[in-house]
Amino acid sequence: MAKDHEKIIRDVTSGEYKYGFYSDIETERIRKGLDEDVIRLISGKKNEPEWLLEFRLRAYRHWLTLKMPRWPNLTIPSIDYQDIIYYAAPRQKVSPGSIDEIDPELKKTFDKLGIPLEEQKHLAGVAVDAVMDSVSVKTTFREALAEMGIIFCSFSEAVREYPELVRRYLGTVVPHTDNFFATLNSAVFSDGSFCYIPKGVRCPMELSTYFRINAASTGQFERTLLVADEESYVSYLEGCTAPMRDENQLHAAVVEIISEANAEVKYSTVQNWYPGDKDGKGGIFNFVTKRGICRGDNSKISWTQIETGSAITWKYPSCILRGDNSVGEFYSVAVTNNYQQADTGTKMIHLGKNTRSTIVSKGISAGHGQNSYRGLVRVVKNATNARNFSQCDSLLMGDKCGAHTFPYIEVDNQSAVVEHEATTSKIGEDQIFYCNQRGISTEDAVGLIVNGYAREVINKLPMEFAVEAQKLLQISLEGSVG
Amino acid sequence: MLIIKDLKAAINGKVILKGISLEVKPGEIHAIMGPNGSGKSTLAAVLAGRSFVEVLEGTVTYFGEDLLAMSPEDRSKEGIFLGFQYPIEIPGVSMVNFMKTAVNEHRKHKGLEPLSASDFLKLMREKKELVEIDSKLANRSVNEGFSGGEKKKNEIFQMAMLEPKLAILDETDSGLDIDALRIVANGVNRIKRPDTSAIVITHYQRLLDFIVPDIVHVLYDGRIVKTSGKELALELEAKGYDWIKKEVNNNGNGAKI
Ligand SMILES: Nc1ncnc2c1ncn2[C@@H]1O[C@H](COP(=O)(O)OP(=O)(O)O)[C@@H](O)[C@H]1O
Ligand SMILES: [Mg+2]
Repeated sequence: MAKDHEKIIRDVTSGEYKYGFYSDIETERIRKGLDEDVIRLISGKKNEPEWLLEFRLRAYRHWLTLKMPRWPNLTIPSIDYQDIIYYAAPRQKVSPGSIDEIDPELKKTFDKLGIPLEEQKHLAGVAVDAVMDSVSVKTTFREALAEMGIIFCSFSEAVREYPELVRRYLGTVVPHTDNFFATLNSAVFSDGSFCYIPKGVRCPMELSTYFRINAASTGQFERTLLVADEESYVSYLEGCTAPMRDENQLHAAVVEIISEANAEVKYSTVQNWYPGDKDGKGGIFNFVTKRGICRGDNSKISWTQIETGSAITWKYPSCILRGDNSVGEFYSVAVTNNYQQADTGTKMIHLGKNTRSTIVSKGISAGHGQNSYRGLVRVVKNATNARNFSQCDSLLMGDKCGAHTFPYIEVDNQSAVVEHEATTSKIGEDQIFYCNQRGISTEDAVGLIVNGYAREVINKLPMEFAVEAQKLLQISLEGSVG
Repeated sequence: MLIIKDLKAAINGKVILKGISLEVKPGEIHAIMGPNGSGKSTLAAVLAGRSFVEVLEGTVTYFGEDLLAMSPEDRSKEGIFLGFQYPIEIPGVSMVNFMKTAVNEHRKHKGLEPLSASDFLKLMREKKELVEIDSKLANRSVNEGFSGGEKKKNEIFQMAMLEPKLAILDETDSGLDIDALRIVANGVNRIKRPDTSAIVITHYQRLLDFIVPDIVHVLYDGRIVKTSGKELALELEAKGYDWIKKEVNNNGNGAKI
């Protein structure tokens, strides 16, 4: 029987990452390396206004003074920042007006990924911005959304068409000096999504951005800016994949969210970057800064993330709860299998009165995976009646993996109530056998058990994606019990 | 249906089953009784295919096939059901989802299409009524937070859903009050068809008032030391197990009385 388990492990870990293909698309690349000329070149390619170039250069100059953070519980190989290509774009017309103008090969790529660039009826509930390497390829349902005053487009277009809006908000939540990777992103970011929901508007469909790395030796540095004006609502979803390669590729994104009074933003991520092979070779380094501010009273930001990919994940989607009665939520499932490492969590900064935050983190470690939860709950002096509840669970599969929790609590107001609960459990052979005895195979049993464990988080995802997420969890863990 | 021949099995190198032979024919109900620690659950574990029990010797044939060569899930799909002495909790997995997965695996094995959601819920409703199980249980996570009695009833419900050919019920009666016991026993009796069989493992006679066995075995120290009709259960109830232990020990190991 022990042999059976070994066999299952072998079968599945040797199973291919489903999205690991490479598309042979004519790609424009700039030279390797990073200096002010490269930044000017990127900015020039996008015909950016002077102020944006200045923003980039300020960031770059600051970045030169920074060192990579050493505090994460991660083993990060040294990265040669001069050996990376900072801009690569599929060669096509600047902005295709209709679907027929898109390179068929490009269209095929997104079809293969299950991301249709046509505005199809059966996906009518979802508008997609598709980004490959450094540029946005196509944004669907733009016109329909525009009728309601909703702006949803690529970041580059937003800079061209709504420069005031971009300028007003860019860098207000994640300043260009924020941290090593965010600062790098501020210098070299290429594309991403921009979204503005006007006052009083409930966005009628899911907005989503799909990020695809295709070109080799390149980094991906997208930037997303999401503004929900007063009394508006939007649910936003981000997905990502990359080809299988032996080299590591860098992904350093920034997401900024602004939620004004009485507005609500739900931001969901299904992160499935290539995780590397079973021996830990290759995979994406995912160093991401995501932060939202509840600026107005009674506003809400909710982060949900399903993290199954990447060789290394370093990411802390956070909420600054500035408005009174504002609410921040963080629901996370992070999987590390084989040699994957994750150091992920959140920061809840309580500034306003009666602010509430909830943190639910579910780590799943298998193989040699190392999974750390790192979270900060800070309640400042004036934030009376702040509430936080944190639940950090770890599930271990096998005995070569690790789970770690680093909760930081800083409370400067007596009226605050901060609760933290943590559990560690092992996926039991008993549970698997119980399923087996009812006719359910070990693989399906692991899928059931893991999805049960993660259910609280998966339930927070938009319906359309919950099913995908469940499958993804199962695939990324299949055979890891032995 | 099931033929066990001279089965010897060990856990962590310690021999627990020391040569068991048993034949169950279609339609029969066998009771296996015996003091704690004698190997009853271990026997059930071998039949269900638990990997921590190592089979040292002997054979088990099930409808002419080598049962020991089959995976646990195939045994299930071929009609072997184990009612666990200690049912396992699976947090976050709803009974509906769990049973739907199980039932559809069984159907696939038989070459049938998976049940639609509405057909499945209908089936669940029927079976719940059949075994008189509180409807709320089915909406909760598998065994999570269930009382001891609820867990046992839930086993019977699962058995009703899967309609086994051979049910092995491991102390399904222990920890039940008399009402719960009656419900469980009625459930078993209603599920049973003329050609299906059951091995009822129990410590006490009282279950056998409701589920009447054709044959009663006493398992002691890894061996079946006595086999008889249903009156044996009454004798055990009256006299306890000590006289059996004594007889076995006087006669020397391995002797059948
Ligand atoms: N998982 C296990 N690991 C080690 N020993 C076990 C295990 N399960 C049972 N045993 C041992 O096997 C013997 C028989 O146990 P069991 O089959 O549970 O008896 P019964 O069901 O008749 O009470 C006991 O001595 C018990 O300690
Ligand atoms: Mg027992």
